[in-house]
Amino acid sequence: MTSSAPADTAGRAGRSRRDSRFGDKVFFNFSRGSGILLLVIMAAIAGFLAYRSALALGKNQGNFFTTFEWAPDGVKPVFGIAVLTFGTLVSALIAMLIAVPVAVGIALFISHYAPRRIAQPFAYLVDLLAAVPSIVYGLWGVLFLVPHMEGLTSWLNEYLGWTYLFDQTKNGAPARNLFTVGILLAIMILPIITAVTREVFRQVPRMHEEAALALGATRWEMVRTAVLPFGRPGIISASMLGLGRALGETIAVAIVLSSSPTLSLHLLDPGGGTFAQNIALKFNEAQPFGRDALMASGLVLFVITLLVNGAARMIIARRKEYSGANA
Amino acid sequence: MSATTTAPAAPLLRGDLTSGRLPRWAPIGVAVLSIALGCAIGAGAGLASHIQWGLIAAGLFLALSYALAVKVEGRRQAKDRFATSVIWVAFILAVVPLGALTFYTVQQGIGAINGDFLTHSMKGVVASTTAGGGIYHAIIGTLEQVALATLMAAPIGLLTAVYLVEYGRGRLAQAVTFFVDVMTGVPSIVAGLFVFSLWTMLKQGYSGFSGSVALAILMIPVVVRSAEEMLKLVPNELREASYALGVPKWKTIVRIVIPTAIGGITTGVMLAVARITGETAPVLMLVFGSDVINNDPFNDPQQSLPLYIWQQYTVVNNEYGYARAWGAALVLIAFVMGLNLVARGIARWRSPKAGH
Repeated sequence: MTSSAPADTAGRAGRSRRDSRFGDKVFFNFSRGSGILLLVIMAAIAGFLAYRSALALGKNQGNFFTTFEWAPDGVKPVFGIAVLTFGTLVSALIAMLIAVPVAVGIALFISHYAPRRIAQPFAYLVDLLAAVPSIVYGLWGVLFLVPHMEGLTSWLNEYLGWTYLFDQTKNGAPARNLFTVGILLAIMILPIITAVTREVFRQVPRMHEEAALALGATRWEMVRTAVLPFGRPGIISASMLGLGRALGETIAVAIVLSSSPTLSLHLLDPGGGTFAQNIALKFNEAQPFGRDALMASGLVLFVITLLVNGAARMIIARRKEYSGANA
Repeated sequence: MSATTTAPAAPLLRGDLTSGRLPRWAPIGVAVLSIALGCAIGAGAGLASHIQWGLIAAGLFLALSYALAVKVEGRRQAKDRFATSVIWVAFILAVVPLGALTFYTVQQGIGAINGDFLTHSMKGVVASTTAGGGIYHAIIGTLEQVALATLMAAPIGLLTAVYLVEYGRGRLAQAVTFFVDVMTGVPSIVAGLFVFSLWTMLKQGYSGFSGSVALAILMIPVVVRSAEEMLKLVPNELREASYALGVPKWKTIVRIVIPTAIGGITTGVMLAVARITGETAPVLMLVFGSDVINNDPFNDPQQSLPLYIWQQYTVVNNEYGYARAWGAALVLIAFVMGLNLVARGIARWRSPKAGH
């Protein structure tokens, strides 16, 4: 009687230890398995796109990198990414030129300038801006922003037309050009840049700021000498994350831009195109071969965003504290 | 000796502190003045676009506050004031588009929404020449696709986060961390292309499910990152106490660690859901769109809200289409923002307090 009880518990303990080892093993393998699955997905994306692109590139009659037009389904398939590369880079560049200074300003506003009562709700508001779907940005962009841009574009044309960039050769055309797209992209990537930069500015050592103030610095001098140098890697990587978004943005660009296979530095003239926009517009109507050709352009986009994001993450990883995970 | 030298210095010092400062209301005054001037110039010159009015006002504000401060307070203070003004202008620049976007969407969308709009599909509606029809089929499609994507992405994402936080050492964990970060930046259209080529290889047609696979690919990294952050916040003492009682590791994770962080994990998943709900590009390629109700996400094309907006704009492309598009956009925004607010509410309500 008395001896069976300990034996029983010992047996149960033995069983539970075996169970737990088994359970541990299963659980460990499951969680490691999903980690591996993630790597497999990334590899599969690259692999599938590369395979399909190879099919298309072999039959391309034009030069993939220098051809302007996109006509893979013609009798003589010709397609190239020159216009797309140009449009993608230019619109992303405009977006960055506008969004980065404004985002840094907003981040400073939230972390150092705003009265505490409005800083928190405002941070909240900027995060909500990130939640607006890109299709809504697109709809708003084409039906609200484009008509409202017309005054500004004719203004730029009048006073800055001599810079060539703002010279409008097709007067009166709706402002569905790379410049408007750049502004829209700037609005769209503002929240993520702000969110990451804000986190960095929050982590500036208080002692640095107080030391600067104690030496008689004004608030701006304090920001310039203590906050900005500390936050510089954060600003750079936040900008690159934003750049990654701007490069890959699809639907908003597809709606707003009136595309054409032309490559022109006249930013206010409609025309041009981007990788993602081109795929979205042409994919459903394309023949199987045309789809393979679009996969090739998708692969280029994938590699570009991979490099940009990878570089951004490398810079962040050096300072592990601010990852901007929830942005 | 010393008394005589300090005595004349005293009034000078006091003078330094009190004189040469702009009054507290000066920035507001300058702002009001420059807005008034901006409007006056804009209206006077007959500039049609309010964007120009705003830019003029902003420029005037910066110039006036700098000039005023240089005159009264000196260079250094003026620079400080200028920086403050620039930052306030940046703040306004961010508020204006959000305000305009929300206001315009509500203004345009509210008229389209009524009982019929929410409970009917587009079946039998000649979209290009008549008003009417609705988004019921799109709502069904979006809910099903997003639910399926969440069912795939949430467990995988959570398990990956558990691996990284609880087990992750060495090369594999480093690689996973890096590629999760990189995967966050995969453009949605690329995910769509990948699933499309996978699906053609498997000889499958358009379906809601293929769309949800692409959405899941976009969702996984977001879930991993937020769950990882939350699991890291769980105090180590809890784990150690559990081990000390002889509880196996997997049970500690399932019963102690995850329940402690569940608030934050839920928030992360909901934010990820909010993000993929608005994705259009992969849905456009994989789900294809349909005018009728299709309750089966595994066979035949479905509709979804973002895709519905896209089609109403690009295919119909007239006032009837715009009205329906705005109605759907308002529903979509309300859904996404509601999800966001609830998620952040949960986060605030039951976030694990780090190291208390």
